[in-house]
Amino acid sequence: MDMVAGKVKMTQQSVNSTMNPTDLLERPIRLTAKDVTVHYGQKQALHGISIQIPDRAVTSFIGPSGCGKSTFLRCINRMNDTIEGAKVGGTIKLDGEDIYDPALDVVELRARIGMVFQKPNPFPKSIYENVAYGPKIHGLARNKTDLDEIVVSSLRKAGLFEEVKDRLNEPGTGLSGGQQQRLCIARAIAVGPEVILMDEPCSALDPIATAIIEELIDELRENYTIVIVTHSMQQAARVSQKTAFFHLGNLIEEGVTEDIFTNPVNKQTQDYIMGRIG
Amino acid sequence: MNALIVAALLLVLLGVSYQSGWSRSRNLVTADGVKVHSRPQYHGSYVAIWAMLPALAILALWAWFGGDLTHSYTVSQIPQDILLGLDQTGLNGTITRIDALASGYGVTGEIQPFEQSAGDALRSFQMLTFVGVLLVAAVAGGAALIYARSRVTARLRARNAVERVINIALLACSAVAILTTVGIVASLVTEAYKFFTFINPLDFFFGTVWNPNNAGTAGNWGSYGLLPLLTGTLMITVIAMLVAVPVGLMAAIYLSQYAHPRLRAVAKPMIEILAGIPTIVFGFFALVTVGPFLRDLGNLVGLSINATSALTAGVVMGIMIIPFVSSLSDDILNQVPRTLRDGAYGLGATKSETIRNVLLPAALPGIVGAFLLAVSRAIGETMIVVLAAGNSPVLRGNPFEPVATITVSIVNQLTGDTDFAGPQSLVGFALGLTLFVITLCLNVVALYIVRRFREQYE
Repeated sequence: MDMVAGKVKMTQQSVNSTMNPTDLLERPIRLTAKDVTVHYGQKQALHGISIQIPDRAVTSFIGPSGCGKSTFLRCINRMNDTIEGAKVGGTIKLDGEDIYDPALDVVELRARIGMVFQKPNPFPKSIYENVAYGPKIHGLARNKTDLDEIVVSSLRKAGLFEEVKDRLNEPGTGLSGGQQQRLCIARAIAVGPEVILMDEPCSALDPIATAIIEELIDELRENYTIVIVTHSMQQAARVSQKTAFFHLGNLIEEGVTEDIFTNPVNKQTQDYIMGRIG
Repeated sequence: MNALIVAALLLVLLGVSYQSGWSRSRNLVTADGVKVHSRPQYHGSYVAIWAMLPALAILALWAWFGGDLTHSYTVSQIPQDILLGLDQTGLNGTITRIDALASGYGVTGEIQPFEQSAGDALRSFQMLTFVGVLLVAAVAGGAALIYARSRVTARLRARNAVERVINIALLACSAVAILTTVGIVASLVTEAYKFFTFINPLDFFFGTVWNPNNAGTAGNWGSYGLLPLLTGTLMITVIAMLVAVPVGLMAAIYLSQYAHPRLRAVAKPMIEILAGIPTIVFGFFALVTVGPFLRDLGNLVGLSINATSALTAGVVMGIMIIPFVSSLSDDILNQVPRTLRDGAYGLGATKSETIRNVLLPAALPGIVGAFLLAVSRAIGETMIVVLAAGNSPVLRGNPFEPVATITVSIVNQLTGDTDFAGPQSLVGFALGLTLFVITLCLNVVALYIVRRFREQYE
């Protein structure tokens, strides 16, 4: 603990966040993964991942393509269940509750752990319906007024409301890529999740749209625990407080973002940060 | 025999010309590193194409005009006095006998001397013309070969020339399909027009009585009202779709979303086998099994259902087009991007919620297109209706009664002894044209919808 605290001191001039890194270490832990393995058929994609994810902070997973970072992310809300032949081992606990417990309701879990995907994937419905869909299936709104309120506040939180308030009934697929991605974030927020998983949310977007989303992520951290997978180290440095480096299905190193980028302990992490691998 | 010889000779010409172009091209290469534009096989193909085209053209001309030429030669071999005594049928018979003699098969009955001599003359004529045509073709091919070979140089763009020929060949093949369509439509339109010179189009399109007088003469042709047939067709189609759409769609959803891949690998081909059963088999299945079953079922609940009725034909036709609907819908459901499904699952939607609220709306245009294609298939279906619908061209709205459809009436009007002088048989073309226009509209709409759907996700 002392050693970590020492490292933190070195990185207090953090540019990316208003949060003091010491705060990060005092945050309660929301998610705990222990020895998580994933097999796709014969192929092992993850070799025993153990990590703790702090409450109301942004944790980023970085690493070269195929390193297992997205696979691990998809374990957290059990999206791997929908993939034929995927087998998950180990335990992941959300607030101390095993999410792979057979008695657990997956549908409810996914309402608590929302997800934003690599490619913006609005449903072929109106902007309003896209956001209202989650609250509707989970019965979160008692009447139309309630629902309107949820939709508007979700769009506001996603920073999209001002841009679309006059065309809520137009199809969500008609928006620009960046707007579509913010719509997908609003859609995820509308269900009232505690954790939001983002799987390379900016990889299909231009730099301006990316900047807007990154700003949004920084705001959302006030209220949500965010886990983001990114192939861009700069993005991880900009938006996250905690970073984990994955390589070939192993978690190589994790820690406070500033440490990982300025003072990596592991040789492989150094190589990746310096651009020698990946 | 002759065809075999021709084919063999053409093959020889092909081989020789290709080889000659190829070897000449190879010789170019050996000369101190000259840059040759095309590779040897293109020069070979180039010379082969040049050699084959004139040879084929001459053979084609002979195939086109040779028959007429032989015919007139045969006629000229029949002595004048005998020729004058023959009518058309007699002449044809005589020519057939002479042909048979010439080919050496022999004929029944007594051979008259003029027939024997004409047969001998025809045989030598055929021999001569055959050899002659082959010679001309060979000379033309050979000349073209030599000319083309002389053009083979390092700079010759044989590769591009071959490309152009392939282009033209492909164009010709698609032209066959297009021209066939145009020809069929043109013949339908002209014959239908002839029909409308007998019967007022208004009486045809809006007439409520279908009662053609097949033995009728001018002024007494009978009634040719389309409406009873159209309602029969539509009734059967609607019933068929009521059967095929829910079953087919749900089968598609099961196969694409729920079924284990191994089950799917077995089940999908099994369903598609259903599409391969000949419609006549479905027809007697309807007549022998389904019809009586529906009648007994009707008795049980106090409904009077005819064994042959719109219901019987519609139900069986619906079963027939299930694979059509399910296979197309399955493909379309699989085209919906996985990310959309993930999006719904990620929000905590269950599988059936995802299918109902996300997958089906996204796939809807494509599925509607599939339905319309199935409808046009059902409207044009004949065999099942001939056997199972009862052929009763009366305007009524009860699906438990026998009906007749457009297709069945075409069959009725065109089978048996027909000449195409009166409206009795010409009406077939008017009905065919009506059917064609209906299915064409459906197909156009369906293809338009399907294409719009494709654009959305590619």
